[in-house]
Amino acid sequence: MKEIVIVSGKGGTGKTTVLARYAEIANNAVVADCDVDAPNLHMLLNPRIAHREAFVGSKMGVVDPDKCTNCGKCESLCRFDAISTIEVDGRKRADIDIDRCEGCGVCARVCPEDAIDLRDRIVGEWFISDTNYGTMIHALLEPGAENSGKLVAMVKHKAKKTAKDNGAELVLVDGPPGIGCPVIAALAGANIVVIVSEPTVSGLSDFRRVADLAGGFKIKCALLVNKADLNDEMTASLLEEATKREMPCIGRVSYDEGLMAAMAKGADAAAEYQDCPAIIEISKTYDALLGLL
Amino acid sequence: MGGKQTQIAIASGKGGTGKTLLATNLAAVMDDAVLVDLDVEEPNCYLFHKGEGDTTEEAFRPVPSVDSVKCTLCGKCGEVCEFHAIVVLPKEVMVFKELCHACGACSLFCPEDAISEKDHLIGDIVSTSGDAFDLLYGRLRVGEAMATHLIQQVRKRIPEGGQIVLDCPPGTSCAPVESIRGADLCILVTEPTPFGLHDLKLALGVTEKLKVRTAVFINKHGLPGPDIDAFCNDNGIPVIGRLPLDRDIAERYSRGELLTQVADHRRVFESLRDRIKEILIT
Repeated sequence: MKEIVIVSGKGGTGKTTVLARYAEIANNAVVADCDVDAPNLHMLLNPRIAHREAFVGSKMGVVDPDKCTNCGKCESLCRFDAISTIEVDGRKRADIDIDRCEGCGVCARVCPEDAIDLRDRIVGEWFISDTNYGTMIHALLEPGAENSGKLVAMVKHKAKKTAKDNGAELVLVDGPPGIGCPVIAALAGANIVVIVSEPTVSGLSDFRRVADLAGGFKIKCALLVNKADLNDEMTASLLEEATKREMPCIGRVSYDEGLMAAMAKGADAAAEYQDCPAIIEISKTYDALLGLL
Repeated sequence: MGGKQTQIAIASGKGGTGKTLLATNLAAVMDDAVLVDLDVEEPNCYLFHKGEGDTTEEAFRPVPSVDSVKCTLCGKCGEVCEFHAIVVLPKEVMVFKELCHACGACSLFCPEDAISEKDHLIGDIVSTSGDAFDLLYGRLRVGEAMATHLIQQVRKRIPEGGQIVLDCPPGTSCAPVESIRGADLCILVTEPTPFGLHDLKLALGVTEKLKVRTAVFINKHGLPGPDIDAFCNDNGIPVIGRLPLDRDIAERYSRGELLTQVADHRRVFESLRDRIKEILIT
Protein backbone atom coordinates (compact mmCIF):
# COMPACT_ATOMS: atom_id res chain seq x y z
CA MET A 1 0.00 0.00 0.00
CA LYS A 2 1.31 3.45 -0.94
CA GLU A 3 0.35 6.79 0.51
CA ILE A 4 0.33 9.99 -1.54
CA VAL A 5 -0.09 13.27 0.35
CA ILE A 6 -0.95 16.53 -1.41
CA VAL A 7 0.07 19.80 0.22
CA SER A 8 0.74 23.31 -1.03
CA GLY A 9 1.98 25.63 1.67
CA LYS A 10 -0.16 28.41 0.22
CA GLY A 11 -3.91 27.91 0.27
CA GLY A 12 -6.05 27.88 -2.85
CA THR A 13 -3.45 26.58 -5.28
CA GLY A 14 -5.64 23.66 -6.37
CA LYS A 15 -4.84 20.76 -3.99
CA THR A 16 -8.42 19.58 -3.74
CA THR A 17 -9.07 19.81 -7.50
CA VAL A 18 -5.96 17.74 -8.17
CA LEU A 19 -6.78 15.18 -5.51
CA ALA A 20 -10.37 14.71 -6.67
CA ARG A 21 -9.12 14.06 -10.20
CA TYR A 22 -6.55 11.56 -8.91
CA ALA A 23 -9.27 9.77 -6.91
CA GLU A 24 -11.42 9.47 -10.03
CA ILE A 25 -8.57 8.02 -12.08
CA ALA A 26 -7.27 5.72 -9.34
CA ASN A 27 -10.75 4.33 -8.70
CA ASN A 28 -10.74 2.38 -5.45
CA ALA A 29 -8.08 4.35 -3.61
CA VAL A 30 -8.96 5.28 -0.05
CA VAL A 31 -9.24 9.04 0.12
CA ALA A 32 -8.54 11.07 3.28
CA ASP A 33 -9.43 14.74 3.65
CA CYS A 34 -6.96 16.07 6.21
CA ASP A 35 -7.96 19.71 5.82
CA VAL A 36 -10.09 19.19 8.91
CA ASP A 37 -10.94 22.79 9.74
CA ALA A 38 -12.07 23.78 6.23
CA PRO A 39 -12.66 20.54 4.33
CA ASN A 40 -13.79 20.81 0.71
CA LEU A 41 -13.15 17.44 -0.89
CA HIS A 42 -16.61 16.15 0.06
CA MET A 43 -18.08 18.79 -2.24
CA LEU A 44 -16.40 17.14 -5.22
CA LEU A 45 -16.72 13.47 -4.23
CA ASN A 46 -20.24 13.54 -2.74
CA PRO A 47 -19.63 11.04 0.06
CA ARG A 48 -22.48 9.04 1.58
CA ILE A 49 -21.72 8.85 5.30
CA ALA A 50 -21.66 5.24 6.54
CA HIS A 51 -20.19 5.81 9.99
CA ARG A 52 -19.63 8.86 12.18
CA GLU A 53 -17.90 9.32 15.51
CA ALA A 54 -17.21 12.16 17.91
CA PHE A 55 -13.61 13.34 18.24
CA VAL A 56 -12.24 13.99 21.72
CA GLY A 57 -9.54 16.52 20.99
CA SER A 58 -8.37 17.55 24.39
CA LYS A 59 -9.49 18.12 27.93
CA MET A 60 -11.01 21.19 29.52
CA GLY A 61 -11.33 22.52 33.03
CA VAL A 62 -14.84 22.86 34.46
CA VAL A 63 -15.45 24.81 37.70
CA ASP A 64 -17.91 23.58 40.31
CA PRO A 65 -19.53 26.89 41.37
CA ASP A 66 -20.54 25.53 44.77
CA LYS A 67 -17.04 24.41 45.75
CA CYS A 68 -15.02 27.37 44.37
CA THR A 69 -13.93 29.88 47.04
CA ASN A 70 -12.35 32.28 44.53
CA CYS A 71 -8.90 31.86 46.11
CA GLY A 72 -7.29 32.85 42.80
CA LYS A 73 -4.70 30.08 42.74
CA CYS A 74 -5.83 28.63 39.40
CA GLU A 75 -6.01 32.03 37.77
CA SER A 76 -2.48 32.93 38.83
CA LEU A 77 -1.01 29.69 37.43
CA CYS A 78 -2.94 29.45 34.15
CA ARG A 79 -0.50 30.17 31.32
CA PHE A 80 -3.25 30.65 28.76
CA ASP A 81 -5.13 33.54 30.40
CA ALA A 82 -8.18 31.28 30.33
CA ILE A 83 -9.31 31.90 33.92
CA SER A 84 -10.94 35.04 35.25
CA THR A 85 -13.13 35.97 38.18
CA ILE A 86 -16.83 36.44 37.58
CA GLU A 87 -19.62 37.42 39.91
CA VAL A 88 -22.83 35.41 39.87
CA ASP A 89 -25.68 36.23 42.29
CA GLY A 90 -23.36 38.36 44.38
CA ARG A 91 -20.76 35.62 44.75
CA LYS A 92 -17.35 35.73 43.11
CA ARG A 93 -15.83 32.63 41.58
CA ALA A 94 -13.38 31.43 38.94
CA ASP A 95 -14.59 31.07 35.37
CA ILE A 96 -12.81 29.20 32.59
CA ASP A 97 -12.96 30.50 29.02
CA ILE A 98 -12.99 27.24 27.06
CA ASP A 99 -11.86 29.03 23.90
CA ARG A 100 -8.58 29.80 25.60
CA CYS A 101 -8.27 26.66 27.75
CA GLU A 102 -5.77 24.17 26.30
CA GLY A 103 -6.68 21.43 28.77
CA CYS A 104 -3.34 21.26 30.60
CA GLY A 105 -5.05 20.51 33.91
CA VAL A 106 -2.84 22.74 36.09
CA CYS A 107 -5.94 24.45 37.53
CA ALA A 108 -7.59 21.17 38.49
CA ARG A 109 -4.41 19.93 40.15
CA VAL A 110 -3.70 23.05 42.21
CA CYS A 111 -7.24 23.77 43.38
CA PRO A 112 -7.25 23.37 47.17
CA GLU A 113 -11.03 22.84 47.19
CA ASP A 114 -11.02 20.20 44.45
CA ALA A 115 -13.51 22.44 42.66
CA ILE A 116 -12.17 21.99 39.12
CA ASP A 117 -12.80 18.90 37.09
CA LEU A 118 -10.82 18.03 33.97
CA ARG A 119 -13.19 16.64 31.37
CA ASP A 120 -12.96 15.26 27.85
CA ARG A 121 -13.77 17.81 25.24
CA ILE A 122 -15.48 16.85 22.00
CA VAL A 123 -14.17 19.22 19.35
CA GLY A 124 -15.28 17.62 16.14
CA GLU A 125 -16.48 14.61 14.28
CA TRP A 126 -14.99 12.17 11.80
CA PHE A 127 -16.65 10.05 9.15
CA ILE A 128 -16.22 6.95 7.03
CA SER A 129 -18.09 7.41 3.76
CA ASP A 130 -18.67 5.72 0.43
CA THR A 131 -18.02 7.59 -2.78
CA ASN A 132 -18.28 6.53 -6.41
CA TYR A 133 -14.49 6.16 -6.41
CA GLY A 134 -13.83 4.37 -3.13
CA THR A 135 -13.99 4.87 0.60
CA MET A 136 -13.39 8.34 1.99
CA ILE A 137 -12.35 9.28 5.52
CA HIS A 138 -13.05 12.87 6.47
CA ALA A 139 -13.67 15.05 9.50
CA LEU A 140 -14.87 18.39 10.69
CA LEU A 141 -13.28 20.30 13.53
CA GLU A 142 -15.37 22.73 15.55
CA PRO A 143 -14.54 26.39 14.93
CA GLY A 144 -11.53 27.45 16.93
CA ALA A 145 -10.72 24.03 18.28
CA GLU A 146 -7.24 22.95 19.34
CA ASN A 147 -5.54 19.79 18.25
CA SER A 148 -6.27 19.71 14.56
CA GLY A 149 -3.00 17.77 14.25
CA LYS A 150 -4.39 14.99 16.40
CA LEU A 151 -7.54 14.80 14.26
CA VAL A 152 -5.44 14.72 11.08
CA ALA A 153 -3.39 11.83 12.51
CA MET A 154 -6.61 10.01 13.35
CA VAL A 155 -8.08 10.50 9.85
CA LYS A 156 -4.86 9.21 8.31
CA HIS A 157 -4.76 6.24 10.63
CA LYS A 158 -8.35 5.27 9.77
CA ALA A 159 -7.65 5.69 6.06
CA LYS A 160 -4.66 3.35 6.20
CA LYS A 161 -6.58 0.80 8.21
CA THR A 162 -9.47 0.93 5.73
CA ALA A 163 -7.07 0.48 2.82
CA LYS A 164 -5.58 -2.56 4.51
CA ASP A 165 -9.00 -4.06 5.25
CA ASN A 166 -10.27 -3.41 1.71
CA GLY A 167 -7.08 -4.43 -0.02
CA ALA A 168 -6.78 -0.97 -1.57
CA GLU A 169 -3.34 -0.23 -2.95
CA LEU A 170 -3.42 3.52 -2.60
CA VAL A 171 -4.24 6.11 0.05
CA LEU A 172 -4.71 9.67 -1.26
CA VAL A 173 -4.43 12.41 1.35
CA ASP A 174 -5.63 15.99 0.85
CA GLY A 175 -3.50 18.06 3.22
CA PRO A 176 -4.14 21.39 4.91
CA PRO A 177 -2.42 24.66 3.94
CA GLY A 178 0.50 26.04 5.92
CA ILE A 179 3.47 24.33 7.58
CA GLY A 180 2.22 23.95 11.16
CA CYS A 181 0.99 21.05 13.27
CA PRO A 182 -1.80 19.72 10.99
CA VAL A 183 0.58 19.75 8.00
CA ILE A 184 3.30 17.97 9.96
CA ALA A 185 0.70 15.36 10.99
CA ALA A 186 -0.46 15.00 7.37
CA LEU A 187 3.07 14.45 6.06
CA ALA A 188 4.00 11.72 8.56
CA GLY A 189 4.52 8.34 6.91
CA ALA A 190 3.86 9.47 3.31
CA ASN A 191 5.53 7.57 0.47
CA ILE A 192 5.48 10.66 -1.67
CA VAL A 193 4.32 14.25 -1.23
CA VAL A 194 2.94 16.26 -4.12
CA ILE A 195 3.38 20.00 -3.62
CA VAL A 196 0.84 21.88 -5.71
CA SER A 197 2.18 25.38 -6.22
CA GLU A 198 1.42 28.43 -8.32
CA PRO A 199 3.83 30.84 -10.04
CA THR A 200 3.28 33.87 -7.84
CA VAL A 201 5.66 35.56 -5.40
CA SER A 202 3.57 34.10 -2.58
CA GLY A 203 3.41 30.66 -4.17
CA LEU A 204 7.20 30.58 -4.52
CA SER A 205 7.85 31.69 -0.95
CA ASP A 206 5.35 29.18 0.43
CA PHE A 207 6.72 26.39 -1.78
CA ARG A 208 10.20 26.87 -0.35
CA ARG A 209 8.94 26.60 3.21
CA VAL A 210 6.75 23.52 2.75
CA ALA A 211 9.44 21.84 0.61
CA ASP A 212 11.98 22.44 3.38
CA LEU A 213 9.55 21.04 5.92
CA ALA A 214 8.99 17.81 3.94
CA GLY A 215 12.71 17.67 3.10
CA GLY A 216 13.51 17.88 6.81
CA PHE A 217 11.48 14.70 7.32
CA LYS A 218 13.33 13.05 4.41
CA ILE A 219 10.10 12.46 2.50
CA LYS A 220 10.25 12.23 -1.29
CA CYS A 221 8.46 15.15 -2.95
CA ALA A 222 7.24 16.11 -6.39
CA LEU A 223 6.22 19.53 -7.69
CA LEU A 224 3.07 20.29 -9.66
CA VAL A 225 2.88 23.85 -11.02
CA ASN A 226 -0.73 24.96 -11.34
CA LYS A 227 -1.69 28.08 -13.34
CA ALA A 228 1.79 27.72 -14.84
CA ASP A 229 1.28 30.17 -17.72
CA LEU A 230 0.21 32.98 -15.41
CA ASN A 231 3.83 34.01 -14.92
CA ASP A 232 6.56 32.19 -16.89
CA GLU A 233 9.36 33.76 -14.91
CA MET A 234 7.91 32.59 -11.60
CA THR A 235 7.28 29.13 -13.03
CA ALA A 236 10.96 28.99 -13.97
CA SER A 237 11.87 30.04 -10.41
CA LEU A 238 9.67 27.28 -8.98
CA LEU A 239 11.32 24.69 -11.21
CA GLU A 240 14.72 26.00 -10.20
CA GLU A 241 13.88 25.71 -6.50
CA ALA A 242 12.63 22.16 -7.10
CA THR A 243 15.80 21.20 -8.97
CA LYS A 244 17.91 22.59 -6.12
CA ARG A 245 16.12 20.14 -3.85
CA GLU A 246 16.42 17.29 -6.36
CA MET A 247 12.66 17.27 -6.63
CA PRO A 248 11.06 16.17 -9.90
CA CYS A 249 8.26 18.18 -11.49
CA ILE A 250 5.29 16.01 -12.50
CA GLY A 251 3.76 18.62 -14.73
CA ARG A 252 2.47 22.09 -15.46
CA VAL A 253 -1.21 22.87 -15.51
CA SER A 254 -2.61 25.92 -17.30
CA TYR A 255 -4.45 28.90 -15.81
CA ASP A 256 -7.94 27.89 -16.92
CA GLU A 257 -10.84 30.26 -16.25
CA GLY A 258 -13.12 27.72 -17.93
CA LEU A 259 -12.31 25.20 -15.20
CA MET A 260 -12.76 27.86 -12.51
CA ALA A 261 -16.21 28.63 -13.89
CA ALA A 262 -17.15 24.94 -14.11
CA MET A 263 -15.93 24.32 -10.54
CA ALA A 264 -17.91 27.35 -9.36
CA LYS A 265 -21.08 25.67 -10.61
CA GLY A 266 -20.28 22.71 -8.38
CA ALA A 267 -20.85 18.99 -8.71
CA ASP A 268 -23.73 19.54 -11.18
CA ALA A 269 -21.23 20.74 -13.77
CA ALA A 270 -18.95 17.70 -13.39
CA ALA A 271 -19.44 16.76 -17.04
CA GLU A 272 -18.44 20.28 -18.04
CA TYR A 273 -15.03 20.23 -16.46
CA GLN A 274 -13.98 16.85 -17.77
CA ASP A 275 -13.08 18.55 -21.03
CA CYS A 276 -11.24 21.54 -19.56
CA PRO A 277 -7.59 21.69 -20.66
CA ALA A 278 -6.44 21.98 -17.04
CA ILE A 279 -8.24 18.75 -16.06
CA ILE A 280 -6.61 16.88 -18.95
CA GLU A 281 -3.22 18.23 -17.85
CA ILE A 282 -3.86 17.18 -14.23
CA SER A 283 -4.67 13.67 -15.44
CA LYS A 284 -1.28 13.49 -17.16
CA THR A 285 0.51 14.43 -13.94
CA TYR A 286 -1.01 11.36 -12.32
CA ASP A 287 0.87 9.05 -14.69
CA ALA A 288 4.10 10.93 -13.99
CA LEU A 289 3.45 10.59 -10.26
CA LEU A 290 2.86 6.83 -10.43
CA GLY A 291 6.13 6.57 -12.31
CA LEU A 292 7.89 7.98 -9.22
CA LEU A 293 6.32 5.55 -6.76
CA MET B 1 -9.78 57.94 14.56
CA GLY B 2 -7.52 59.79 17.01
CA GLY B 3 -5.50 57.86 19.58
CA LYS B 4 -7.83 54.92 19.82
CA GLN B 5 -6.61 51.91 17.93
CA THR B 6 -8.77 50.11 15.39
CA GLN B 7 -7.90 46.61 14.31
CA ILE B 8 -9.28 45.17 11.09
CA ALA B 9 -8.74 41.44 10.67
CA ILE B 10 -8.68 40.00 7.14
CA ALA B 11 -9.54 36.31 7.30
CA SER B 12 -11.16 33.48 5.35
CA GLY B 13 -12.20 29.89 5.81
CA LYS B 14 -10.76 28.79 2.49
CA GLY B 15 -7.13 29.44 1.63
CA GLY B 16 -6.15 31.37 -1.46
CA THR B 17 -9.24 33.56 -1.62
CA GLY B 18 -7.21 36.76 -1.56
CA LYS B 19 -6.55 37.70 2.07
CA THR B 20 -3.04 38.96 1.41
CA LEU B 21 -4.15 40.76 -1.75
CA LEU B 22 -6.84 42.56 0.24
CA ALA B 23 -4.73 43.26 3.33
CA THR B 24 -1.78 44.76 1.44
CA ASN B 25 -3.88 46.93 -0.87
CA LEU B 26 -6.16 48.09 1.91
CA ALA B 27 -3.18 49.06 4.05
CA ALA B 28 -1.74 50.92 1.05
CA VAL B 29 -4.76 53.23 0.71
CA MET B 30 -5.05 53.92 4.45
CA ASP B 31 -3.15 56.78 6.08
CA ASP B 32 -0.37 55.52 8.30
CA ALA B 33 -1.71 52.00 8.59
CA VAL B 34 0.40 49.25 10.11
CA LEU B 35 -0.03 45.93 8.37
CA VAL B 36 0.50 42.94 10.64
CA ASP B 37 1.00 39.56 8.97
CA LEU B 38 -0.20 36.91 11.41
CA ASP B 39 -0.03 34.08 8.88
CA VAL B 40 3.24 33.07 10.50
CA GLU B 41 3.33 29.67 8.79
CA GLU B 42 3.35 31.23 5.33
CA PRO B 43 3.80 35.01 5.67
CA ASN B 44 3.55 36.76 2.30
CA CYS B 45 2.78 40.43 2.94
CA TYR B 46 6.49 41.24 2.97
CA LEU B 47 6.61 40.33 -0.73
CA PHE B 48 4.36 43.31 -1.49
CA HIS B 49 6.21 45.70 0.80
CA LYS B 50 8.74 48.20 -0.45
CA GLY B 51 10.97 49.81 2.11
CA GLU B 52 14.16 49.31 3.96
CA GLY B 53 15.56 48.88 7.41
CA ASP B 54 14.27 45.68 8.94
CA THR B 55 14.43 45.04 12.66
CA THR B 56 14.42 41.34 13.39
CA GLU B 57 14.18 39.74 16.79
CA GLU B 58 14.07 36.07 17.63
CA ALA B 59 10.98 34.60 19.27
CA PHE B 60 11.02 31.82 21.82
CA ARG B 61 8.71 29.70 23.87
CA PRO B 62 9.61 27.97 27.13
CA VAL B 63 10.17 24.21 27.12
CA PRO B 64 11.18 22.03 30.07
CA SER B 65 14.77 21.22 30.83
CA VAL B 66 15.47 18.47 33.34
CA ASP B 67 18.40 18.64 35.75
CA SER B 68 19.58 15.02 35.72
CA VAL B 69 21.44 15.49 39.02
CA LYS B 70 18.33 16.55 40.92
CA CYS B 71 15.90 14.26 39.06
CA THR B 72 14.95 11.05 40.91
CA LEU B 73 12.93 9.67 37.97
CA CYS B 74 9.83 9.68 40.19
CA GLY B 75 7.55 10.02 37.16
CA LYS B 76 5.45 12.94 38.42
CA CYS B 77 6.18 15.18 35.41
CA GLY B 78 5.09 12.52 32.93
CA GLU B 79 1.94 11.94 34.96
CA VAL B 80 0.86 15.61 34.99
CA CYS B 81 1.66 16.36 31.32
CA GLU B 82 -1.63 16.16 29.45
CA PHE B 83 0.18 16.50 26.12
CA HIS B 84 2.52 13.49 26.47
CA ALA B 85 5.39 15.87 25.90
CA ILE B 86 7.50 14.53 28.77
CA VAL B 87 8.10 10.83 29.26
CA VAL B 88 9.97 9.26 32.17
CA LEU B 89 12.02 6.23 31.14
CA PRO B 90 13.86 3.89 33.55
CA LYS B 91 17.08 5.87 33.20
CA GLU B 92 16.18 9.26 31.81
CA VAL B 93 13.46 11.80 31.14
CA MET B 94 12.66 12.58 27.52
CA VAL B 95 11.14 15.87 26.42
CA PHE B 96 9.25 16.12 23.13
CA LYS B 97 9.44 19.85 22.49
CA GLU B 98 7.04 19.80 19.55
CA LEU B 99 4.24 18.44 21.75
CA CYS B 100 4.86 20.84 24.64
CA HIS B 101 2.20 23.54 25.22
CA ALA B 102 4.39 25.40 27.74
CA CYS B 103 1.74 25.06 30.44
CA GLY B 104 4.35 24.75 33.16
CA ALA B 105 2.80 21.72 34.88
CA CYS B 106 5.98 19.60 34.88
CA SER B 107 8.14 22.21 36.58
CA LEU B 108 5.34 23.25 38.93
CA PHE B 109 4.71 19.74 40.23
CA CYS B 110 8.26 18.36 40.25
CA PRO B 111 8.90 17.47 43.92
CA GLU B 112 12.68 17.82 43.49
CA ASP B 113 12.57 21.20 41.74
CA ALA B 114 14.56 19.53 38.96
CA ILE B 115 12.72 21.04 36.02
CA SER B 116 13.37 24.53 34.80
CA GLU B 117 12.23 26.09 31.58
CA LYS B 118 14.56 27.18 28.85
CA ASP B 119 13.89 29.15 25.72
CA HIS B 120 13.24 27.27 22.52
CA LEU B 121 13.50 29.24 19.26
CA ILE B 122 10.19 29.19 17.36
CA GLY B 123 10.78 31.87 14.74
CA ASP B 124 11.37 35.55 14.40
CA ILE B 125 9.47 38.81 14.38
CA VAL B 126 10.29 41.43 11.78
CA SER B 127 9.23 45.06 11.70
CA THR B 128 9.94 47.45 8.87
CA SER B 129 8.65 50.77 7.63
CA GLY B 130 7.78 51.33 4.02
CA ASP B 131 6.43 53.56 1.28
CA ALA B 132 2.89 52.22 1.19
CA PHE B 133 2.60 50.86 4.73
CA ASP B 134 4.62 49.83 7.77
CA LEU B 135 4.81 46.10 8.26
CA LEU B 136 5.13 43.80 11.25
CA TYR B 137 5.24 40.06 10.76
CA GLY B 138 6.14 36.75 12.33
CA ARG B 139 7.93 33.93 10.58
CA LEU B 140 7.56 30.48 12.12
CA ARG B 141 10.71 28.37 12.05
CA VAL B 142 10.21 25.53 9.55
CA GLY B 143 9.49 22.35 11.51
CA GLU B 144 7.93 24.18 14.47
CA ALA B 145 4.38 22.93 14.97
CA MET B 146 2.65 25.55 17.11
CA ALA B 147 1.91 28.77 15.33
CA THR B 148 -0.25 30.27 18.08
CA HIS B 149 2.68 31.04 20.41
CA LEU B 150 4.29 33.17 17.73
CA ILE B 151 0.99 34.82 16.74
CA GLN B 152 0.50 35.91 20.35
CA GLN B 153 4.01 37.34 20.49
CA VAL B 154 3.59 39.25 17.22
CA ARG B 155 0.32 40.71 18.52
CA LYS B 156 2.11 41.95 21.63
CA ARG B 157 4.49 43.94 19.40
CA ILE B 158 1.68 45.89 17.70
CA PRO B 159 2.30 49.60 18.31
CA GLU B 160 -0.32 51.58 20.21
CA GLY B 161 -2.99 53.66 18.48
CA GLY B 162 -3.56 54.07 14.78
CA GLN B 163 -5.09 51.74 12.27
CA ILE B 164 -4.01 48.14 12.19
CA VAL B 165 -4.70 45.67 9.40
CA LEU B 166 -4.24 42.03 10.43
CA ASP B 167 -3.60 39.45 7.69
CA CYS B 168 -4.79 36.21 9.33
CA PRO B 169 -4.04 32.55 8.55
CA PRO B 170 -6.74 30.58 6.68
CA GLY B 171 -9.15 28.11 8.23
CA THR B 172 -11.06 27.99 11.49
CA SER B 173 -8.61 26.35 13.90
CA CYS B 174 -6.71 27.81 16.84
CA ALA B 175 -4.30 29.90 14.70
CA PRO B 176 -6.96 31.99 12.90
CA VAL B 177 -8.92 32.29 16.15
CA GLU B 178 -5.87 33.69 17.93
CA SER B 179 -5.47 36.16 15.06
CA ILE B 180 -9.08 37.39 14.81
CA ARG B 181 -9.77 37.57 18.54
CA GLY B 182 -10.36 41.10 19.78
CA ALA B 183 -10.44 42.79 16.36
CA ASP B 184 -12.89 45.67 15.85
CA LEU B 185 -13.96 44.28 12.50
CA CYS B 186 -13.27 41.06 10.66
CA ILE B 187 -13.50 41.05 6.87
CA LEU B 188 -14.03 37.53 5.55
CA VAL B 189 -12.73 37.20 2.00
CA THR B 190 -14.59 34.69 -0.10
CA GLU B 191 -15.24 33.71 -3.71
CA PRO B 192 -18.47 32.72 -5.46
CA THR B 193 -17.74 29.00 -5.57
CA PRO B 194 -19.36 26.22 -3.54
CA PHE B 195 -16.06 25.95 -1.63
CA GLY B 196 -15.93 29.66 -0.93
CA LEU B 197 -19.49 29.69 0.40
CA HIS B 198 -19.01 26.51 2.45
CA ASP B 199 -15.87 27.83 4.12
CA LEU B 200 -17.42 31.29 4.59
CA LYS B 201 -20.12 29.63 6.69
CA LEU B 202 -17.45 27.89 8.79
CA ALA B 203 -15.54 31.14 9.24
CA LEU B 204 -18.72 32.93 10.31
CA GLY B 205 -18.91 30.30 13.07
CA VAL B 206 -15.58 31.63 14.32
CA THR B 207 -16.39 35.33 14.24
CA GLU B 208 -19.76 34.67 15.86
CA LYS B 209 -18.12 32.70 18.64
CA LEU B 210 -15.54 35.45 19.15
CA LYS B 211 -18.26 38.12 18.95
CA VAL B 212 -16.30 40.08 16.38
CA ARG B 213 -18.25 42.29 14.00
CA THR B 214 -18.06 40.80 10.53
CA ALA B 215 -18.30 41.92 6.91
CA VAL B 216 -17.66 40.09 3.66
CA PHE B 217 -15.48 40.90 0.66
CA ILE B 218 -16.11 38.95 -2.55
CA ASN B 219 -13.08 38.19 -4.69
CA LYS B 220 -13.24 36.62 -8.19
CA HIS B 221 -16.64 38.22 -8.47
CA GLY B 222 -18.40 37.14 -11.66
CA LEU B 223 -17.74 33.41 -11.36
CA PRO B 224 -21.03 31.60 -12.07
CA GLY B 225 -21.22 30.06 -8.60
CA PRO B 226 -23.48 30.46 -5.58
CA ASP B 227 -24.94 33.89 -4.88
CA ILE B 228 -22.79 35.13 -1.99
CA ASP B 229 -24.64 38.48 -1.92
CA ALA B 230 -27.96 36.75 -1.36
CA PHE B 231 -26.50 34.56 1.39
CA CYS B 232 -25.02 37.59 3.18
CA ASN B 233 -28.22 39.56 2.72
CA ASP B 234 -30.29 36.74 4.27
CA ASN B 235 -27.92 36.59 7.21
CA GLY B 236 -27.58 40.32 7.79
CA ILE B 237 -23.88 40.47 6.92
CA PRO B 238 -22.77 43.48 4.89
CA VAL B 239 -20.86 42.86 1.66
CA ILE B 240 -18.37 45.72 1.64
CA GLY B 241 -16.47 45.20 -1.59
CA ARG B 242 -15.96 43.11 -4.69
CA LEU B 243 -13.06 42.42 -6.98
CA PRO B 244 -13.69 40.75 -10.36
CA LEU B 245 -12.10 37.54 -11.62
CA ASP B 246 -9.49 39.08 -13.88
CA ARG B 247 -6.32 37.62 -15.31
CA ASP B 248 -4.64 41.04 -15.13
CA ILE B 249 -5.17 41.11 -11.35
CA ALA B 250 -3.80 37.57 -11.04
CA GLU B 251 -0.73 38.49 -13.08
CA ARG B 252 -0.03 41.63 -11.07
CA TYR B 253 -0.37 39.65 -7.85
CA SER B 254 1.96 36.97 -9.23
CA ARG B 255 4.67 39.60 -9.70
CA GLY B 256 4.28 41.05 -6.21
CA GLU B 257 2.72 44.34 -7.38
CA LEU B 258 0.15 46.31 -5.46
CA LEU B 259 -3.12 46.80 -7.37
CA THR B 260 -3.35 50.36 -6.05
CA GLN B 261 -0.99 51.41 -8.85
CA VAL B 262 -3.92 50.98 -11.24
CA ALA B 263 -6.60 53.66 -10.87
CA ASP B 264 -9.59 51.34 -11.41
CA HIS B 265 -8.39 48.83 -8.86
CA ARG B 266 -7.30 51.55 -6.45
CA ARG B 267 -10.88 52.84 -6.32
CA VAL B 268 -12.09 49.42 -5.08
CA PHE B 269 -9.80 49.65 -2.07
CA GLU B 270 -10.50 53.32 -1.42
CA SER B 271 -14.21 52.70 -1.31
CA LEU B 272 -13.58 49.65 0.90
CA ARG B 273 -11.56 51.86 3.26
CA ASP B 274 -14.45 54.36 3.39
CA ARG B 275 -17.00 51.62 4.05
CA ILE B 276 -14.90 50.32 6.91
CA LYS B 277 -14.77 53.82 8.40
CA GLU B 278 -18.56 54.09 8.20
CA ILE B 279 -19.05 50.70 9.82
CA LEU B 280 -16.65 51.43 12.65
CA ILE B 281 -18.35 54.76 13.46
CA THR B 282 -21.80 53.22 13.87
